[in-house]
Amino acid sequence: MLQQAFNGLVGGAFYALLALGLAVIFGMLGVVNFAHGAFYMLGAFGSYVLLDSFGVNFWIALPLVPLVLGVTGVAVERLFIRRLAPLDPLYNFLFTFGLALILQDLVKRQYGVQSQPYPRPSALNGSIDLGLFTYPAYQVFVLAVSLVVCGAVWFVLARTRVGMIVRASTERPELTRALGIDVARWVTPVFGFGIALAGFAGVLAAPMRAVNPLMGADLIVTVFAVVVIGGLGSVFGSVAAGFAVGLVSALGNYYVPSLSQTLVFILMAAVLLWRPAGLFGREEATL
Amino acid sequence: MILSKLAGRPVLLAAGLVAALALPWFVYPPVAMDIACWALFAVAVDLLLGFTGLLSFGHAAFWGGSAYATGLIALHSGLPFPVAILGGAAFAALLAVPIGFLSVRLRGIYFAMVTLAFAQMVYFVANQWRDVTGGENGLQGIPRELFGLDLSDPFYFYYAGLPFILAGLFAAWRIVRSPFGCVLMSIRDNPARARALGYSVDRFKLLAFVLSAALSGLAGGLFAIGHGFASLQGVYWTTSGEAVMMVVLGGIGTLWGGVVGAALIVELNDYLATAGFQETGIITGGIFILVVLLFRRGVWGTARDLLAARTARRRPAEPAREKAGTPA
Repeated sequence: MLQQAFNGLVGGAFYALLALGLAVIFGMLGVVNFAHGAFYMLGAFGSYVLLDSFGVNFWIALPLVPLVLGVTGVAVERLFIRRLAPLDPLYNFLFTFGLALILQDLVKRQYGVQSQPYPRPSALNGSIDLGLFTYPAYQVFVLAVSLVVCGAVWFVLARTRVGMIVRASTERPELTRALGIDVARWVTPVFGFGIALAGFAGVLAAPMRAVNPLMGADLIVTVFAVVVIGGLGSVFGSVAAGFAVGLVSALGNYYVPSLSQTLVFILMAAVLLWRPAGLFGREEATL
Repeated sequence: MILSKLAGRPVLLAAGLVAALALPWFVYPPVAMDIACWALFAVAVDLLLGFTGLLSFGHAAFWGGSAYATGLIALHSGLPFPVAILGGAAFAALLAVPIGFLSVRLRGIYFAMVTLAFAQMVYFVANQWRDVTGGENGLQGIPRELFGLDLSDPFYFYYAGLPFILAGLFAAWRIVRSPFGCVLMSIRDNPARARALGYSVDRFKLLAFVLSAALSGLAGGLFAIGHGFASLQGVYWTTSGEAVMMVVLGGIGTLWGGVVGAALIVELNDYLATAGFQETGIITGGIFILVVLLFRRGVWGTARDLLAARTARRRPAEPAREKAGTPA
């Protein structure tokens, strides 16, 4: 039971990282990034290719792949997202949907639909005795790292000057601009950062999950449900809902296996009935 | 000028009808059936996106859900296929009531994400409920029965199925041009004003959602009968996305655009498949992105605007409005 809960938190770590990226992107740009799952998949494939073709190990891939993807994200924002920004937000949603299709099928064309193996880094191969049960070291590492990253993002947003500017431009863009801050300048790095986070989650997932072109497509809908539960645009809500959803689906899998996958969506329906803007969302966040 | 305006619509309808009747002579008949089914599906999605301003990313639930319902009725009851299809459409409409009730309170992107999530719930149910849906194998060997008539030849089945498609398209056309349709468009353009005028906005949206789901179900049921199977692919979210793609490619808020978009995408996919190119997303996604970036009025919308500009050159041009759901 306790072990199930732990499994849930580890699964939730991925939801939280992805939802966090979606939330900052949505908050700053008003874009729901459909391609987020595809960038997560690219993160996993990136580390696979680095190891397989160049012998570059996990510890180097962990910062390198997100960096490369972050730069890619910056380019995507500069070239495309920016052009669609003044239009109805639906157009950016549709653009990222098309982008997701292209990325996914490009990888599928190159590597097929079979899963590619990715070994765990040797330092994290064993198990750790957590007192009540032993647990694979790698999973403990994933959980710890994602907590640290989410905590760091929260700290930056809540306590630093950069975070203050980002929060201000998210909530009151016109007023922030009036105070002499160039809001547009901050949009690009935030988008890149969100994509980098998705790539980071992908690298973390590679040694644990099947590396295949569809891994993002299957996950993205659940992550959407997570951000709806947490409240779109709410950073704290997304992270909390990520871990909560991981926990609920793992426990659900333990008690009622047949329902485990739909449980997330039942939870979402219940939250919507009760609070249409999500648990931590503000009413205005519903667009 | 006035004459051409009056003549325009019936001529267009007649041309469309002739094209629909002649289609299986020009393309491989099963592909013709696919075009017809997807065309109705796309028009049903456009009813929401183009005329009510709601981007549903979960219509696979109704298309695929009806495919299962239609297949089950046809497999287990021995009733002729039209009954099964209508049963499937009714099932889709029923399914749309709770989903729509929860979704229509949300707007824009939120609505899209929530409909997507609900459709995924339907997908998981179809995947898990193996005894009924066949799980990963889907339903197979769905019969094509009509009072002992042999419809196994796709060429003849096309003509047996076409009346349903045309009825569905006519229904969509009637809905858009009814007072009810005008209310939907007013909600799309200015929900606050529609509410102030005394319209129960959410109830109208819900009704539009259910009607759109029923038409999607009609199309999905016919698709299932036409292929003899219902599969998980039909309820997967990429199916919803494909229908939206067709609408955007053809032109949002034009009805005809959905038909054109469906024909183009089905033909393209068929061409790529016969050429041995499996990863169609690279091409279709690329085209879709180009349309979204450069060509937002779509094929039909652009063609219509060009024609309109030619016939009414002297009138001052209306400023182009670029907002999803606004017929440009």
